[in-house]
Amino acid sequence: MLSLFKKPRFRGGVHAEEHKTATAALPIASDFPLPKKLYIPLQQHVGKPAEPVIMVGEKVLKGQLLAYSQGLISAPVHAPSSGIIVDVNDYPAPHPSALPIRTIVLETDGKDEWMAISVVDDPFQLNPEEISFRVGAAGIVGLGGATFPTAVKLNMGRENHVDTLIINGSECEPYLCCDDRLMQERAGEIIDGVRLMLHGMETEQAVVAIEDNKPQAYVAMLAAAEPYAQIKVIQIPTRYPMGWDRQLIRYVTGKEVPVGCRSSEVGVTIHNVGTAYAVHKAIRLGQPLLGRVVTVAGGAVKRPMNVEVPFGTLISELFEFCEVDKEQTARIIMGGPMMGDSLPHTGLPTVKATSGILALTKSELKNTEEQPCIRCAGCVSVCPAGLRPLDMANNIRINQLDAAVDLGLKDCISCGCCSYICPSNIPLVQFFKYASGEVIARQQAQHKSEQTKRLIDARNARMERIAQQQREDELARIAAKAERERLKAEQEALV
Amino acid sequence: MYVLSAIVSLTLLGLVLGLLLGIAGKYLKVESSPIVDELEALLPGSQCGQCGFPGCRPAAEALAEGCAPATMCPPGGSALAEQIAALLGLDLDLSDVKEPELLVARVSEATCTGCTRCFKVCPTDAIVGAPKQIHAVVADACIACKKCVEVCPTECLQMHPIEVTLRNWRWAKPLNVPVQPMGTGSNAVC
Repeated sequence: MLSLFKKPRFRGGVHAEEHKTATAALPIASDFPLPKKLYIPLQQHVGKPAEPVIMVGEKVLKGQLLAYSQGLISAPVHAPSSGIIVDVNDYPAPHPSALPIRTIVLETDGKDEWMAISVVDDPFQLNPEEISFRVGAAGIVGLGGATFPTAVKLNMGRENHVDTLIINGSECEPYLCCDDRLMQERAGEIIDGVRLMLHGMETEQAVVAIEDNKPQAYVAMLAAAEPYAQIKVIQIPTRYPMGWDRQLIRYVTGKEVPVGCRSSEVGVTIHNVGTAYAVHKAIRLGQPLLGRVVTVAGGAVKRPMNVEVPFGTLISELFEFCEVDKEQTARIIMGGPMMGDSLPHTGLPTVKATSGILALTKSELKNTEEQPCIRCAGCVSVCPAGLRPLDMANNIRINQLDAAVDLGLKDCISCGCCSYICPSNIPLVQFFKYASGEVIARQQAQHKSEQTKRLIDARNARMERIAQQQREDELARIAAKAERERLKAEQEALV
Repeated sequence: MYVLSAIVSLTLLGLVLGLLLGIAGKYLKVESSPIVDELEALLPGSQCGQCGFPGCRPAAEALAEGCAPATMCPPGGSALAEQIAALLGLDLDLSDVKEPELLVARVSEATCTGCTRCFKVCPTDAIVGAPKQIHAVVADACIACKKCVEVCPTECLQMHPIEVTLRNWRWAKPLNVPVQPMGTGSNAVC
């Protein structure tokens, strides 16, 4: 009875059909043939794009720096294989719009020849600052999908004296199981990465949270973490969006991250298991982030699998390897089906954020025929952020964005639970994505009109100054002329 | 003689009628509502007639009488509609307002002669250049007032729609929007 008065440990969420069985039992395929050309975008992370340091025609080795990070929040890009740089130009980005993005094109030579690597014997002797520096130099970003530069997060954790590091192994999106396989096969490396992260953040304890639909991954991680008392491995219920950082923090620690605050402000930092594995490779082996495990799944895929691919591999080549039926493919999605982005074609590269590529058939897509709202409030009960999606959508429908912002539009995480649960197929999350973009566009327009006013005032002031100067010059000229004439008259009078 | 009488009679007629008009203008003057003036100040003032009224003043009058919806002005877009609705205390349904297309001026480098006329008229100093050098437009500062287009002797300055890039790309509004039973958003149009 008393439990009724307790705060629930998680709010909202849905349990979607998992679709993971086809791929979760297969080992990670590492026999993907090296593509002839790799298309490596300069921005694969949150923040400023990287700046190229190579020239077209230059020969590069595997792991060599191609573009350095500029600014505080940025990440460098490295050559995923050896070969020759053939172009640095605009190519379509792996984005729903497929608009151009600056991309380095690397023609591989098939030798896969590594650059010279220097490895430290005992990374735990390094300064914590040195750990995050090396992580930053390796181009590691959050591999859960947010692609926030990991080094910045490690530094923030250290500066805010974070007491708990949570390793996110929930992988709550349907279809995706790259993290699951990674935990099953490379648990020791992940735990080593976690220990290195703890050292880099100067944090005492870590919690690895794994959803209870991945028992084998849990067992493997538990065994790997056994010798280390500071690392705890726990099971959490399977419920989407468990992997949302605030949801996970709330479940694991009971703390709620206030609106507008970062998780490090409540003493917690979250990293993905894939990120921990990348940290292990960067510090122990000196290898920068060059590729990742990608889940290729969906009804149109004949050989669904988890496969390790270098960044820059075109999705079309990946689909060929996994024997995707083009006829049946109704939609291509990068990421999971709930939060992933639908891509217009397959001529786009895989990047650091690509946790999965789905080729879905028509039967796997949701019916989009919209019906009127029946006020079932299903969207309200599943919203993990505690919002009222139906009210927000009604306001956005008539473009009253301010009212939607008042209802908490900015707290929407676009998880898609509301659209998933809606029996009337109302495109709720699509409305919120539109409105969030529109709110930003309006802010920018507002900023521009303020700047315009400033520019016009500055110009008017300058024009006024110039006119004033001209008037003064004119007066001075007249005065000088009068003076000259007076002197002349005086001289004439003297004569 | 006929000519003289015609001139005299027409001149007299003109003077008398003019006098009458003058008196009528002074004594029968219609006081204009201050709200109309305020509304007129909000409207763009370009007298384009896209709203269906002969100019911005008649449009402002119609707005003040409640005969026109707040969303009547196509060039003003939703921003203007919001301002008008706030002034008149109206509920607003912006669902069918089209935003005006955003434009930016661009110099065609092949035909620019470096005459400096454009940057002298630019109200926001958005054009940079020097005599006999090719000019360029700072796109972020351009407000699409088209003054430079009017003065350019070689027509090398043209307005172009703002290019969509990954930085300014936004999700479109979901389509197939049915009418929802809502308590708000009823704009009475007489």
